Amino acid sequence: MGDFVLNVNGAHLRVSSPAEETLLSVLRNRLNLTGTKYGCGEGQCGACTVLLDGRATRSCLVSVESAAKTKIVTIEGLEQNGKLSAVQQAFLDEGAFQCGYCTSGMILGATSLLHEQQNPTEKQIVEAMEGHICRCGTYPRIIEAVKRASHLLAEGASR
Amino acid sequence: MNHRVEPATEIAQSISPAPRGISELDRRDFLKVLGGGLLVCLTRTSSWAQESGRAFGGNELPKELSAWLHIAADGQVKVFTGKVEVGQNIRTSLAQLVAEELKVSFEAITMVMGDTDLAPWDMGTFGSRTTPTMGPQLRTMAAAARQILVEIAAQRWRVAPATLTTADGKVTDSQNARSLAYGELTRGERLVKTVSSEESLTPAPEWKIAGTPVPKAEGRDFVTGKHKYPSDITRPEMMFGAVLRPDGFNATLASLDTRAAERLPGVKLVHDGDFIGLVAPDALVAQHGLSAIQAKWNVPAQPSNQGLFAYLKNNPESGGDDGPQHVSGSVAQAMAGADLKLKEQYTVAYIAHAPLEPRAAVAEWTDGKLTVWTGTQRPFGVRDELAQAFHLSPAQVRVIQPDMGSGYGGKHTGEAAIEAARLAKAAGKPVKVVWTRREEFTWAYFRPAGLIEIKAGARRDGTLVAWQYHNYNSGPAAIGTPYNVANQLIQYHAVKSPLRQGSYRGLASTANHFARESHMDGMAHLVGMDPLEFRLKNLADPRLQAVFQAAATRFGWGRLKSTPERGFGIAGGVDKGGYVATCAEVEIDAASKRVRVRRVVQAWECGAIVNPDGLRNQLMGAIVQGIGGALFERIIFANGRILNPHFAQYRVPRFSDTPQVEIVLIDRKDLPSAGAGETGLVGLAPAVGNAIFAASGIRLPNMPMAPQSGVPGEPDPSFRG
Repeated sequence: MGDFVLNVNGAHLRVSSPAEETLLSVLRNRLNLTGTKYGCGEGQCGACTVLLDGRATRSCLVSVESAAKTKIVTIEGLEQNGKLSAVQQAFLDEGAFQCGYCTSGMILGATSLLHEQQNPTEKQIVEAMEGHICRCGTYPRIIEAVKRASHLLAEGASR
Repeated sequence: MNHRVEPATEIAQSISPAPRGISELDRRDFLKVLGGGLLVCLTRTSSWAQESGRAFGGNELPKELSAWLHIAADGQVKVFTGKVEVGQNIRTSLAQLVAEELKVSFEAITMVMGDTDLAPWDMGTFGSRTTPTMGPQLRTMAAAARQILVEIAAQRWRVAPATLTTADGKVTDSQNARSLAYGELTRGERLVKTVSSEESLTPAPEWKIAGTPVPKAEGRDFVTGKHKYPSDITRPEMMFGAVLRPDGFNATLASLDTRAAERLPGVKLVHDGDFIGLVAPDALVAQHGLSAIQAKWNVPAQPSNQGLFAYLKNNPESGGDDGPQHVSGSVAQAMAGADLKLKEQYTVAYIAHAPLEPRAAVAEWTDGKLTVWTGTQRPFGVRDELAQAFHLSPAQVRVIQPDMGSGYGGKHTGEAAIEAARLAKAAGKPVKVVWTRREEFTWAYFRPAGLIEIKAGARRDGTLVAWQYHNYNSGPAAIGTPYNVANQLIQYHAVKSPLRQGSYRGLASTANHFARESHMDGMAHLVGMDPLEFRLKNLADPRLQAVFQAAATRFGWGRLKSTPERGFGIAGGVDKGGYVATCAEVEIDAASKRVRVRRVVQAWECGAIVNPDGLRNQLMGAIVQGIGGALFERIIFANGRILNPHFAQYRVPRFSDTPQVEIVLIDRKDLPSAGAGETGLVGLAPAVGNAIFAASGIRLPNMPMAPQSGVPGEPDPSFRG
């Protein structure tokens, strides 16, 4: 077991865990941040996506030891003072979910994309989000939600 | 391990353990939970009594159907149902129906779903039954409650009930310019009333809340990560469980050494007959413990994909054929006299549900009572499985189903619940079990593989005269043809499935529509008619005609001419009260033979629409999900092992597979609402297959039609998805 200090959603959280434990497992099982989901544990579905230093990262493939060197943002950290982020708001407005299990990862994937590319084309959205599975098949609405978020950001909404 | 063949048919599927009523003890607990307020009870409704004869194989439903609805002093309404929310949006649509009949705002309603201690017994959430059965049930309760509130107000004011009106959660006496909120009427009172089922319901054309695109209930919790799925549940002192799986199906244990695992800190091993599992203080140690177990298994030789369909045809369930499902006229005579004949074998593969949230359960034993939070479409079925496994009465078991990461028919059973309960019992602490993706792909059950043989005959003018149809293993739902054919022989054959199989979204309907609508396309080609014209010529059902015409019009059918690179196809049908017609445009790359679905137009009619936005979401999702089974999804197996138990090897539809989707809704407010979770899926595969045929002249009778690779013993696929 090692002691780590994680910077999660702006707070410094102390955890004891084996160095090789995945960030996903630490978030869910030790910090009770269950908004980050397990889908495959192999980096193939995107359900566990978080932001590490602003970039979408599969938390099932990152050890707690390496995550401790970064700034971590999970789905719980996007809402600020009761106000949803532009991407969260856009997903809600478009109804871009069914069971919602993929939604956390989708939102963080889209947040990362819009950080790098403020006004992505549909092709760029599809390429950036290709690693995320929505088994309910909500992709068309998710694409619309990403476009809507892009417009909200252009109008000055908070990221 | 469990290798029993799960019932494949929707008829068999719905044979659940005998339903049980809620005991008096439960009722008292229930009242304690709720406190004061109005409790509406109903002795028995005619719709449920009828349902019992059909759907429960003659089992008696509980005589007492109670406590569907509770109005608190603050006017908040709780509605109780054993149906579960899995993404199909019934938490929203059922609340709309209740709000409509009760005359309260949508926001005043809270649905309490899938909790076996709080909700009346329910068979399960499958078969597109929620809207046509639970909808009217809850509407009846709400209408009864509203009537009681009117009567209470009338007594209080000493006026005739008929002079009072209800709206917005209030009873109003407009003659005397006064009103009372429902909460004011129920405050401090605990009323239990028995009411008749003969309530008059608000007709759909007068709906103000039902029939509108109300956004998903509690939607904000899904974009903030607040919603707790079954796998998110934690309990004080909870431990993590894991179960050792054999090397293959039907394996027997040859040797076992658990010493290394038991040396790990905090690990407790549980070995009981076939069951080998462990609990650990955290999830990582549980996985380490599992890896440290040394077990050797003997796995017997078993069937594989190679030769599967011959195997299905040659291995009937004991008892032999089920007898003809449907016979009219003489197929033999009609075929002999037909001008044009077509014979084909169609197949569908085993496919996986692959819900993004795998099976998960948290079990807790308290004073001999077992509580399990788990993802299941049949909370009462799982309660009974648990009661049986641990020799408890159902009243000693509570199953709670938090809205889950979907199921698609894949979560009817309680494996994870039983495993968690077993480990929790041994550990003396609550235990969580979450299946890995590999476990979910291997140890769940599959959509049945099937073989369908069709022989059909037509006259030169395009009139169908003969239809012979044999379905081996994929199931009897939607096996009949909606087309007029004088001479028919349609038969379902139950067979011994090499893999464990069970329910699936659109189960047999997908296979039967694929086979029938592909064959209809082939017949149209044979008689030299346009595929739409051929269908309409042989079709009398105006509802099915209407969706075909609506889809064709929006799609531009008739104006679009297929080329080798671009094909246009159409298909349709009816099942579970839903009418669907699907037009698909596919693009075929000349060099790589890669098939892409570019555009889909789907017309849909299921009676009066309860929530058009939720309905569109369901239909769009069904189309996207349908692309997987149509083009590339399939389980590859050999000798009791699943060979592609990962998303890297089992291709599911992704963003880049998504076509342009257009949905045309036909809202028949004059007809009862039917369910829409499943039948939206069945038109896609044949429409795509027919489009590929239109482009290439090649009929692809096997689903998936364009898999990523061949399997041993099969020719390489001509097309790739």
